[in-house]
Amino acid sequence: MKRLLALGLSFILLMPSLAFAGGEKAGALVVVADTRKVDSAIMKYFSDLYNTNITLFAVWAVILTAVYGVLLGLLMDFVMARIGIDLKSRKLVEH
Amino acid sequence: MEWLYIYMPISGVEIFWPGLVLIGLSVGIIGGFFGMGGAWMVTPGLNILGFPMAFAIGTDIAHMAGKSIISTMRHSKFGNVDYKLGVVMIIGTMAGVEVGAQLIMYLERLGTVGPVVRWVYVVFLALIAYMVFYDYYKAVQKKKAGIQEGEKGTEGVTWYKTFHKIKIPPMVHFRAAGFTCSMWLPIGVSFMTGVLAGFLGIGGGLIRMPALVYLIGCPTHIAVGTDLFEVMVSGLYGAFTYTLKGRIEIVAVFIMLTGAAIGAQVGTVATKYAKGYGIRILFGCAVVTCMISIILKQYGFSLLAAIVILGAIGVISAYITYIMIKGAKEELKEKKLLAAQQIA
Repeated sequence: MKRLLALGLSFILLMPSLAFAGGEKAGALVVVADTRKVDSAIMKYFSDLYNTNITLFAVWAVILTAVYGVLLGLLMDFVMARIGIDLKSRKLVEH
Repeated sequence: MEWLYIYMPISGVEIFWPGLVLIGLSVGIIGGFFGMGGAWMVTPGLNILGFPMAFAIGTDIAHMAGKSIISTMRHSKFGNVDYKLGVVMIIGTMAGVEVGAQLIMYLERLGTVGPVVRWVYVVFLALIAYMVFYDYYKAVQKKKAGIQEGEKGTEGVTWYKTFHKIKIPPMVHFRAAGFTCSMWLPIGVSFMTGVLAGFLGIGGGLIRMPALVYLIGCPTHIAVGTDLFEVMVSGLYGAFTYTLKGRIEIVAVFIMLTGAAIGAQVGTVATKYAKGYGIRILFGCAVVTCMISIILKQYGFSLLAAIVILGAIGVISAYITYIMIKGAKEELKEKKLLAAQQIA
């Protein structure tokens, strides 16, 4: 009985240290870009930016996506125009 | 065959890049033809290629924004985008998405969010599919009876006519769409579709396109173009927020966009050779496929659901490409004939 009491008492006394050993409460999962496998300078720049300044990376991502979309749109416009079909009008026929 | 794989520095996975180009191409075709982002098609495709789910969603949203820019540019040249209507609808969409998201958070607190969202989605997809096919059936019946209404020709469902009777000021004329209505109609409809989009966690093109046709009264081609404009705006906003959360793989976005650039042109030009009801019926088929895949997922058949979606993407995009090639060939043939007649 004494042993059991001693065990219970030491467990209670050790509780705070156990809690400290557990560390802080886990936050949201953080993803880090692995730059070790990246060779090109541009990719390295963006991977580093992702790790250090996510807001600037987000701004870059939106701007580059929009610019690349517009550029591809213009390029494909040029290519489609070579086919010779009318790309400026259409008939609105429902049925 | 190492050159066929590219390293994604953020998600840390090696990805088969021709697969990314192929997904971009086919979803570009479908998105340009139906006027939607197609998140329901891209996300499972990216997941199968090896992206973790969180990255698949973020990457898909950013790619959707870029792809919609390409499609909107082309549709705009055809006169298929009503910018005024698009801007008015953005107001309702933004407010609606916020309300939908709040509703989801409330359900999350109750702990019933997952199954509720999926079943609500299935019910709405079933309603949209029913509406599309019922509309077609009614239009065919009317055509057989020789009934022709208005400038658009024979139409099945004309609920928008009742909504156009609402005369709450300000009344606004939408030139490209060709009608005048109370500004509160597009705001109200986009608010409702926004609530649903926010609630279901989707872009909303799947719901907005039929709403533009049946409730607001847009001709199908204008609905497709205007909806793509909406997808473009919401996609750019989504790309920004998902990047802030760190769940985007920009390298994959660019590779997919390269395929999507070609696909978006094919899909958009194909609308020129398709009748409004042709677009609506194919859209109905896509909605049914989406619905089946969600039901399969709900019962744990995730692989089968992905196969259904990818199979449908293949078949639908091949058919749209066929429409475009056939139409372009006929147009060029007519042009040649006309030129020969003029010379003679």
